[in-house]
Amino acid sequence: MSRKVLLSANEAVAWAACKAGCAVASAYPGTPSTEILEQVAKFKDSIYCEWGVNEKVSMEVAIGASIAGARALTAMKHVGLNVAMDPLMTYTYVGANGGLVVVTADDPGMHSSQNEQDSRNLVKFARAALFEPADSQETFDMVQAAFEVSEQFQVPAFVRLSTRTSHTSTVVDVGDDFGPGYPERKEYVKDIRRYIPVPMFARPQRLKAQERTAALRAFAGETPFNRVERGDDRLGIITSGVTYQYVKEVFPEFSVLKLGFTNPLPIEQVKAFAASVERVLVIEELDPFLEDQVRALGIKVVEHATELNMHEMNPVRLTALRKELLGDVELPVVTRADAGLPTRPPVLCAGCGHRSVFYTLAKLGATVTGDIGCYTLGAFPPLNAMDTTICMGASVGNAYGMEKAGKSGRLCAVIGDSTFFHSGMTGILNVLYNGGTITTIVLDNRITGMTGHQDNPGSGRTLRGDPAPVTDIAEIAKAMGFKRVVSVDAYDMAALERVLKEELDAPEPSVVIAGGPCRIAAKLTNAGTFEVDAEKCKACGACFKLGCPAIERGEPTPDGKRFKSRIDPVQCAGCTMCEQLCKFGAIKRVR
Amino acid sequence: MSEKVTNVSLVGVGGQGILLTSDILARTAALAGLDVKKSEIHGMAQRGGSVISQVRFGEKVYSPIIPDGASNLLVAFERLEALRWRHLLAADGKVLINDMNMTPVTVSSGQQAAVTDLDDRLRTEYPSALYVDALTIAKEMGNTRTMNMVLAGALSTLTPFSAELWQQAMRERIAAKFIDLNLKAFEAGRARGAASAS
Repeated sequence: MSRKVLLSANEAVAWAACKAGCAVASAYPGTPSTEILEQVAKFKDSIYCEWGVNEKVSMEVAIGASIAGARALTAMKHVGLNVAMDPLMTYTYVGANGGLVVVTADDPGMHSSQNEQDSRNLVKFARAALFEPADSQETFDMVQAAFEVSEQFQVPAFVRLSTRTSHTSTVVDVGDDFGPGYPERKEYVKDIRRYIPVPMFARPQRLKAQERTAALRAFAGETPFNRVERGDDRLGIITSGVTYQYVKEVFPEFSVLKLGFTNPLPIEQVKAFAASVERVLVIEELDPFLEDQVRALGIKVVEHATELNMHEMNPVRLTALRKELLGDVELPVVTRADAGLPTRPPVLCAGCGHRSVFYTLAKLGATVTGDIGCYTLGAFPPLNAMDTTICMGASVGNAYGMEKAGKSGRLCAVIGDSTFFHSGMTGILNVLYNGGTITTIVLDNRITGMTGHQDNPGSGRTLRGDPAPVTDIAEIAKAMGFKRVVSVDAYDMAALERVLKEELDAPEPSVVIAGGPCRIAAKLTNAGTFEVDAEKCKACGACFKLGCPAIERGEPTPDGKRFKSRIDPVQCAGCTMCEQLCKFGAIKRVR
Repeated sequence: MSEKVTNVSLVGVGGQGILLTSDILARTAALAGLDVKKSEIHGMAQRGGSVISQVRFGEKVYSPIIPDGASNLLVAFERLEALRWRHLLAADGKVLINDMNMTPVTVSSGQQAAVTDLDDRLRTEYPSALYVDALTIAKEMGNTRTMNMVLAGALSTLTPFSAELWQQAMRERIAAKFIDLNLKAFEAGRARGAASAS
């Protein structure tokens, strides 16, 4: 009997967690993993779920639940795993009590990330178990299996997704008996030899982890998730994850060793497969994770000039590989028509409260270290008001480091509210403690914006929809000991300029909270409409510098060199910034 | 490449309702008992950027990505985007274009030049495209936000699926209080598509 539903792999994780009886789930949002916890929240009657303050905290929450004997889930994007590694590296010695499943969603091709990382390297580094599903059905099956494996082998079990699996919907048979599972909880027994890995206890655990890897390797050789699909043996392809789909599309006739459980690698199975085919080809997305291990077994692997180890895999790249290796295909004939087309990049929304801050910082000629969020868009023309972006929370340490290196001029860090809570708080404490003088500007719009409006400690609501205490960023800074803490309305351009000039020029460290709710999250996108009086408009171009998508070029001046402005009434969100900027009173509210 | 798989690429601008439309197409294919994969790119694209979603259906579908030059159907929600994604279309592919222009901020702000010969270029690239003024039709139906369902209606005439299956998929996906409005828009789009086919 079956019940078929169309699910993305992110959704399938949540369905599987429900069925497997997961009791606690915590995550910090990050594309492409965000929808996992949003979907888990739909099963909140059986799964306690939350937005953690950052990935490390979420990992620690999940570990705590696992220690207590419950099944626990945490999920993150690849760079989030970097943040969460510290607790993981020790819990892998301790070993899971209740099943601990970690979902990491890589972003090959960097659709919405600052780098591409192959998380499989970190899973191997952590001596954890690793599943690599190829579609939503496998994700549904493997997440359930991962809970079992985690408990059976006392190991953190990873499920590695990628943007393409996370955001592809496929048909999943969830079974006609789908519903929340209630597995028997593991007992928590106080045991300091296990849960307190001081050196004398950690050393034997290190040995246990080694023995566990051997046991898991044996499991890898037996699990049906690793299987041979026999075909023409003149070529044998070893592949894993979503890449399997492209292999089946482009090399349909050849034998395939399809690996769904890839750490530890099933060495004997790989050797046997290699021995059964004429030539071995390894095809995987991002790093040569499997290929290096296969080569280390002394197996000869087909060499090729076609580059496969960076960016997202796709059928056309494999067709290029097939052309090189077999010479029996041609690349698709493609007609392009995009020559000379204007680009359509993402922009800060009309009415966004971040816009005034960047406009003002550009005017003040400040050097601005940025951070991760919608506001990274402040780096682009016409705002051009950001110099660096490294990772979550880095803005503060980066600006401070520049100061200590002797960078002169106005210097500040810009960070969003959610990123401030995530990892900006420690950075500003460091500035204060060590005598820095930089200004940290918190763009406080009371939501985690870029990932699609998730709640955070400043929004007053939890993932479960319950009310929560609203954390006041200014009070945090004051409690740390900052003397200069200023809150300013991001929509008051004159006040904002006055405050920013004063604080950036002050010889003491300061924190400015530039507040204003996200227009989309607060449903303020229709707060009014403005229009330009073409008679009064002098085509000075001041309002264009805001980079607002609602402000368009209107009629040209007689010499054709400048343009009057015009406001698109559909896009205008009524924020008033352009009205405040216009020296000629040409911009008026019409509603 | 696998035979008998139908490839549909839906392109346009963030906020136009592309993801809902592709989701309903994918559900319709699944209701028809076919294997289906629907793949989309989120994230940075949400802030008014160029957006793409791909739907593949057939007896068995492997790759979620449609290779360049292999889309049997290209559905462009905006005219400039129709040109931008030309390379996706198969030689014998069909094209549905929403007769609508959305000026990119790069042009409205004067950073980049506007395309002045858009009509000519579209005519040259897509001599037999089906054009639907979905926004006007949606306005007539009472709500501009149903523009995507007008396009879904027109698209439905280019797929092998019955109107009933499409409507069933819409009921699965659209909240009860909005469903009648959306079904009406779908019907209007379907009539527009059928009129053009005959």
